[in-house]
Amino acid sequence: MISSAPPPPQPERPAGIVVSGLRKTFGSGSAAVTALRDVQMRVEPGEVVGLVGPSGSGKSTLLKCLGAVLTPSGGHMELGGQLVFDGDHWLHPDLTRLRREQIGFIFQSPYLLPFLSVRDNVALLAMLLGRSNQEARAAADQLLADLDVAHRADAMPNRLSGGEQQRVAIARALINRPPILLADEPTAPLDSPRAMAVMDLLERLAGQMGTSVIVVTHDEKILPRLQRIYVVRDGVVGEGQRERVRDAPVRFRSRRLRNT
Amino acid sequence: MINLAWPDSRHNWGKLLITGCGLGLLVGVTVSMAGVYRGMVEDAEVLIGGSGADLWVVEQHTLGPFAEASRIDDDLHRSIRQLPGVRRAINGSFQTLLIQRPGRSLRVLVAGVEVGVPGGLGQPPGLVAGRSLLRDRDELLADPGTGLQLGEVVPIRRKRFTVVGLTTRMVSPTGDPMLFVPFRDGQDLQFLPGNEAIARQRRRRDRPVERQALTNAVLVQLEPTARPELVAAEIERWLGLTAYTRPAMQAAMVGKLIEASARQIGLFLVILTLVTTTMIGFIVFTLTQGKLREIAVLKLIGMPSRLIAWMIVQQAVALGLFAFVLGTSLATVMAPRFPRHVVLQRRDLIAAAVVALASSSLASLVGVKAALGVDPAEAIQ
Repeated sequence: MISSAPPPPQPERPAGIVVSGLRKTFGSGSAAVTALRDVQMRVEPGEVVGLVGPSGSGKSTLLKCLGAVLTPSGGHMELGGQLVFDGDHWLHPDLTRLRREQIGFIFQSPYLLPFLSVRDNVALLAMLLGRSNQEARAAADQLLADLDVAHRADAMPNRLSGGEQQRVAIARALINRPPILLADEPTAPLDSPRAMAVMDLLERLAGQMGTSVIVVTHDEKILPRLQRIYVVRDGVVGEGQRERVRDAPVRFRSRRLRNT
Repeated sequence: MINLAWPDSRHNWGKLLITGCGLGLLVGVTVSMAGVYRGMVEDAEVLIGGSGADLWVVEQHTLGPFAEASRIDDDLHRSIRQLPGVRRAINGSFQTLLIQRPGRSLRVLVAGVEVGVPGGLGQPPGLVAGRSLLRDRDELLADPGTGLQLGEVVPIRRKRFTVVGLTTRMVSPTGDPMLFVPFRDGQDLQFLPGNEAIARQRRRRDRPVERQALTNAVLVQLEPTARPELVAAEIERWLGLTAYTRPAMQAAMVGKLIEASARQIGLFLVILTLVTTTMIGFIVFTLTQGKLREIAVLKLIGMPSRLIAWMIVQQAVALGLFAFVLGTSLATVMAPRFPRHVVLQRRDLIAAAVVALASSSLASLVGVKAALGVDPAEAIQ
């Protein structure tokens, strides 16, 4: 569980994610395919926002742009109050460093490094930021304790259950207290109680750390847990309401959403 | 900074161990082959240098007596002895033949030399057992590699020899163990025809066969003040023979006689190095392919590419070093059991280490290229 101790005071933070006029086109000329059109988004610190839409609608493309692994074709993007993309180029000189310092990632599968212990999986990113091994491991232990997997700190990832692995992955994403957290279907492999537990964690950690969280999901049962929802359809992103998403026509909902 | 190479290697220890053992055997073979070449060179140097001869006089325009047939009259040594600067000149016969051992035949180089003390002109440099040749006939000194024992009687062609001494290691340039017999016996073994041959020649020519008074070479010891090149020039000018100084003889042995073997060994070394590099490259590439997903995730979460590349290089180099240590250890252990004389020189081991490091570093580039080509966006479905 999350530590009951009061969280350390956070400095005043600007909006976590601000996207305006973002677009992405693959190819050129007659073969050009527009994946994102004039995306407008704003996610405040501590807010947990959903990103839903059918397969092929552009969710992953948007996530890749927000994660600084895909260069948009135009628009502006601020992450953690810092303008990182302006018009047609990245302003940050080192996107790897940008991701390391500003963005946490959670995936559908935990993708823990199988050759590192749970503790080192979490501590790795802190070490990359220049913290000593001892400091990084101590921070990892604290976070693992918060996520109730401290007792598995010395275990190798393949010894953990799916839920435990996902919690470790969340710990890894949060070890550097990033202002942005991008979660790509984090509850997909989990049953309902475990999915709710993960959402509990995300909500609490986002609140404690002031992290802006974007959750890409097809999972209908977690929709009520999201503070706002952005709906992506044919590359157009609009803010939607949970009820409307749930009641949307079948063609709008992905096969996975239908199955759920 | 946390080291990723070691935990990943520990995670894949089975695959790496098997590969490392295979590479170690390859490195062991490579080092042993280099050692065989060194052994051949060392044997040649012992053969030439250990004879105590400053000049080797052979038939004109030949590379005799080891690399090429050489026949000269056996009284020419008297003429040579008269030349200024010559202290001593003796005949030497050298012939490769088969002797019968229990259950096998053994190829040996039989050297016919004048009776003398170990270390003297034409004599083996030293004895490990027994005594030197004292009689002009029927005695024999043997290299321990022949398996002959002191006091053993050895039939060779029409003659029977008694082993009176065992020499320090003495082998021919091709690795055959040597026997030393008195010169007259050596001459007979080479030039005295057998009974059947005598009878046949008599029938054909209807006249008695004359014994040929020949030798293969004359071994010359010079006065300390004499210049070998000048004496050799004198011999060639006045006697119509070819005379080699000791360095020239060694160069001829190594350059001409061992050259073919050296080329073969050199080619094998190149092939083995390529195979080793390819194997390391293959296993590193396979290991990298097996964790492309992890690499994509690492890149996505902010791991610099140089650290990922460094992990792969470290693994490849560690594999190369492991193979080097295992290979050289195996070569060292197996060298005494090798059928050929194997000399493992420090410079060869250093060269092998450098080659192992270089080839493994080179091979790691395959994995590094694969890793650097991974798009972090692949981590996002």
